[in-house]
Amino acid sequence: MRRHLPFLALAAALALAMPAAAQDAVQNPLQVQNPESIQIGLSTDRIAITADFTGADLTIFGSLENADPLINRQGRYDVIVVLEGPSRPVVVRKKDRFLGMWINMESETFVNVPVSYSVATTRVMQDITDPNNYKQLALGADNLHIEPLDKEGNPATIDAFEAALRERKTALGLFSVRVGGVEFLSQSLFRASLPLSPNVPVGTHKARAFLFRNGVFIKENSAQLAIVKSGFEQSLARYAGEHSFFYGAFAVALAMLTGWLGRVIFRRD
Amino acid sequence: MGIYLPIAELSVNVFVLLAMGAAVGFLSGMFGVGGGFLITPLLIFYNIPPAIAVATGANQVIASSFSGALAHFKRGTLDFKLGTVLLGGGIVGSTVGIYVFSLLRDLGQLDLFISLLYVALLGSVGGLMLVESVNAIRLSRGAATPATLKKPGQHNWIHRLPLKMRFRASKLFVSVIPVIALGAGIGFLSSIMGVGGGFIMVPALIYLLKVPTNVVVGTSLFQIIFVAAYTTVVHASTNQTVDIVLAFVLMVGGVAGAQYGAKAGQKLRGEQLRALLAILVLAVALRLGFDLFVRPSSLFSLAGADS
Repeated sequence: MRRHLPFLALAAALALAMPAAAQDAVQNPLQVQNPESIQIGLSTDRIAITADFTGADLTIFGSLENADPLINRQGRYDVIVVLEGPSRPVVVRKKDRFLGMWINMESETFVNVPVSYSVATTRVMQDITDPNNYKQLALGADNLHIEPLDKEGNPATIDAFEAALRERKTALGLFSVRVGGVEFLSQSLFRASLPLSPNVPVGTHKARAFLFRNGVFIKENSAQLAIVKSGFEQSLARYAGEHSFFYGAFAVALAMLTGWLGRVIFRRD
Repeated sequence: MGIYLPIAELSVNVFVLLAMGAAVGFLSGMFGVGGGFLITPLLIFYNIPPAIAVATGANQVIASSFSGALAHFKRGTLDFKLGTVLLGGGIVGSTVGIYVFSLLRDLGQLDLFISLLYVALLGSVGGLMLVESVNAIRLSRGAATPATLKKPGQHNWIHRLPLKMRFRASKLFVSVIPVIALGAGIGFLSSIMGVGGGFIMVPALIYLLKVPTNVVVGTSLFQIIFVAAYTTVVHASTNQTVDIVLAFVLMVGGVAGAQYGAKAGQKLRGEQLRALLAILVLAVALRLGFDLFVRPSSLFSLAGADS
């Protein structure tokens, strides 16, 4: 959200600078009298992953406010909904041949990689607006600002590793695009469905909705979603992190108990 | 039925794990080995991250070793003194191993090192066992003279080392240096490979230290319990790679499988059993080695970083 504020401010300034020129509502999307906006709502702000979680679809409902009925009828409003996971540092390693074996050789560290990034759109992304707009909005997995730890490195290498990072994330199902994942249910109501992969990372995820009219970005809205490990798994993982020594000792005790019980149950000597 | 592993952070099929545990347990009951050296590669083949497979393997080893050691303790075929000296070395080796483990993980070479160690160890142990057991089978078929056993009292270089100590239960009077070194070596392997190390400890005790065979297995199991326990606790607290859910499912399968394995083992003959185990060990080594030389589907891999 913070990242886009300057852009919004610029859009508003432009709109004020040319009020009279805005005769054609279709041609000029920056019309002041019709401030469309977009709202999204999550049915829950917390999703708990249980032991049998094998992936799910997250549905986000949203609405267009003050939509122009004409443009709406022509289907020229587009919505892109993004669910972005928490950022974490990531090392990308590249294997190379050494003595006939494939071994990790080069590596590149990136400091702020969102663990997951799923996109749902009304249409194919390049039909909604042009690449420059996506770049300005940092919208889409290809336009995320991913920062390398070593900024002095060879830019070509960094680009190659960054591309590999996106490719791996996509292959793991963590970065995804679902064309047609946003559907209008009525003039103003839409529904976005985003995939949550089985290995969805826990943490605070951010859902953001972007509204476009005729290829021009109008407004953005966001909501937070916490993904947590539920009940038993969560307590275990937390305990393993916070009281790791006792967790280890407990694991040992459990193993001994199991070994002993096995002997008692299947007594064979 | 899926089960979520809280530390590995992925969902796996609980029946696959139970079957894996049972199969390894069956083999470990049949051959009298801990099975850690089979569990860890199998978990890696099942896409469990190697770091977690190793630490969890060490945890799982405790269950089967404890079960076995109890039986030996009851029969009195356990040399506590020898086990304790081995254990002292084991703790040192394991500590070094865990340090090396963390270091390799940061360098991104942990998976490679684990695979290489497995290929080297399983390849050589499996190869030696195969040769030995095939020879034994040939000898018994030909009803020829038994293999020339070393005469009692015949000593090798190990028995000339200083700092001798008397181990009554094993009827041994031997320097503590090789005992501690052996313990340390096994401890190192235990923390890096997630094995108990019985498959190295047992032959080493018999052939190098000349420990009587009746106390070898019990003593080896005794020291494995403690080294594996130490390894588990340290892995849990430094690397946080012990997945207790994964370990527990494997243990349950393993303990049950071991009982049937032991029964099946009584029906087969020693040399045949050893030949079978050797083939199995070689197969695992080949598979792990093969993966090193095949071009991976993606040259790039991702890992978390702590910067």
